[in-house]
Amino acid sequence: MAIDTVRRGPSARKASRSLLAYAGILAVVGIFIFPFLTMITTSFKLPTDVFTLPPALLPETWTFENFGLALEAMPIDRYLWNTIVVASLSVIGTLVSCPLVAYALAKFEWRGRGVVFFIVLATMMLPPQVTMIPLYLVFDTVGLTGTIWPLVLPTFFGTPFFIFLMRQFMMNVPDDLIAAARLDGASEFRIYWSIVLPLAKPALATIGIFQFMWAWTDFLNPLIYLNDEANYTLSLGLYNFFSENGIAWGPLMAASVVFTVPALIVFLIGQRFFLSGLATSGLK
Amino acid sequence: MSIQARLPLRPSSSTKAEGAAPQQGSGRRRTARRDQKYGLLFASPWLIGFVAFIGLPIIASAFYSFTSFNLFQSPEFVGFANYSQLLADDRFYKAVFNTFFLALFGVPLGLALALALALLLNVNVKGQPLYRAVIYLPTIIPTIVVVYVWRWLLNAQYGFINEAISTIGLHRPLWLDDPMWTKPAILIIGFWTIGGTAVIYLAALKEVPAELHEAAKVDGAGPFLRFRHIVWPAITPVTLFQVVVSLIAYLQMFTQPYLLAQEGRNDVGAGPNDSMLTYAMYVYQNAFVYLKMGYASALAWVLFILILVLTFIILKSSKRWVHYGN
Repeated sequence: MAIDTVRRGPSARKASRSLLAYAGILAVVGIFIFPFLTMITTSFKLPTDVFTLPPALLPETWTFENFGLALEAMPIDRYLWNTIVVASLSVIGTLVSCPLVAYALAKFEWRGRGVVFFIVLATMMLPPQVTMIPLYLVFDTVGLTGTIWPLVLPTFFGTPFFIFLMRQFMMNVPDDLIAAARLDGASEFRIYWSIVLPLAKPALATIGIFQFMWAWTDFLNPLIYLNDEANYTLSLGLYNFFSENGIAWGPLMAASVVFTVPALIVFLIGQRFFLSGLATSGLK
Repeated sequence: MSIQARLPLRPSSSTKAEGAAPQQGSGRRRTARRDQKYGLLFASPWLIGFVAFIGLPIIASAFYSFTSFNLFQSPEFVGFANYSQLLADDRFYKAVFNTFFLALFGVPLGLALALALALLLNVNVKGQPLYRAVIYLPTIIPTIVVVYVWRWLLNAQYGFINEAISTIGLHRPLWLDDPMWTKPAILIIGFWTIGGTAVIYLAALKEVPAELHEAAKVDGAGPFLRFRHIVWPAITPVTLFQVVVSLIAYLQMFTQPYLLAQEGRNDVGAGPNDSMLTYAMYVYQNAFVYLKMGYASALAWVLFILILVLTFIILKSSKRWVHYGN
């Protein structure tokens, strides 16, 4: 883009073109943000303001009533806490396991490495439907269905997509650095812990945020495993609420806002690392 | 373990072997042994996890697909009965049709939209980080919230979408009540959450060498020609990746249609005339609503094989349209 300013072209045409692009961007941004705004404004509407013709974006009178109604209909605080616990444990599991495996695939030459890497890639294509039923039976046999553990435990053993992403990133860690640390007598775990992991921070942030989002927004696994209302995540709570109250749009949107805000906060905090990590690791 | 981990510290010969390139012999063997040991050790979480959560379940699922099995009694071997039953099952064909329909339109249109968004986000104007965040925003919203917001927007009578449609003078569709319009509704929701794909395209666009652009400009190539001959070839590898990933996602689509069609809890309906019954939904219903675990396993295996075949075809075809540069 800098080139444009160096070469002096017909500037009037260029200005009009960038104006056009600007208009296009603003239109698209408007369309993309509109459903989000609808969610927020509907959550602040009085029940009588929800069904209006023509539909209005803004409430006639702003009210917090819907949040109270939603909280009355379901223990949102409990669901919120459960979701936080599931998401946090999943992130911990992912951050403990995936970099370890990725490091083995990136920086050690061991027999079987090629095969294991191939299997990691192949399982990325495996539909969860194939393993879903036997896994359910196993968790059922050991008495863990209904608890959050089936949602959390697998993350402590690594997720193929994250292992792949981490591995691509760790390939770029200079071998010399590791060799030098060995010369200094550092143990392999010490090297991993104090050299490789700190270098991998952007990638760690990326997979951490990804995992948080996955766990936070997951619907299928909670639907299968959580049958005890005390352990519901927000996804299931919302699902139940909709099943029972259908078109109570105000409270439903209020609960939706509560569900969305934590994900937004995590994303805004991690955004910088996340997008740069996404750009620099993997996909090449 | 701590003693072993510190082992390389002790013998000074290992230090020497690392440093001095000639006279390798034992040093190289030691390196190989160390790599073998620590490679396996570091990889062990996944090796265990693979066996427990993927390998054994795959074998079990293949076995179940040849049995009649409902949670409460042990599996009974039935040979290929599940597979032949599937060939005579109308809802199976319906699910296959719906799923392919969604993928056929959703993948190419979704990628085209994502690329268009990425091109817009790559124009040099003020505020791009903010716009990028807005385009990405829908992908961070929990899927269930996304679906419920759109159920409200698509509400035939009070929704904004139909309001906009009648403003420009078109006929108002009934959306979720009309089998003709349920699939477009699913696609629209998919397009709203395309931000992740767009961001990956954006990263790829930023890697296209500026010199190539400049050279083409000097040769008098307009924006369209430059896109066709410089930008597109450079982003074909990423496009291949995105085609595979989004195809798989469409073939496994569950949550959006399930929640769009939902009338009550564990409702087995799938929209008017089963028009939103996707393959993954049908697997779920058989397994966890009808408790036909054997039949559901057979369905899952058919899906797996379909995905493998389609992925293979795409990878094969890629030799003709993907350009690996440099």
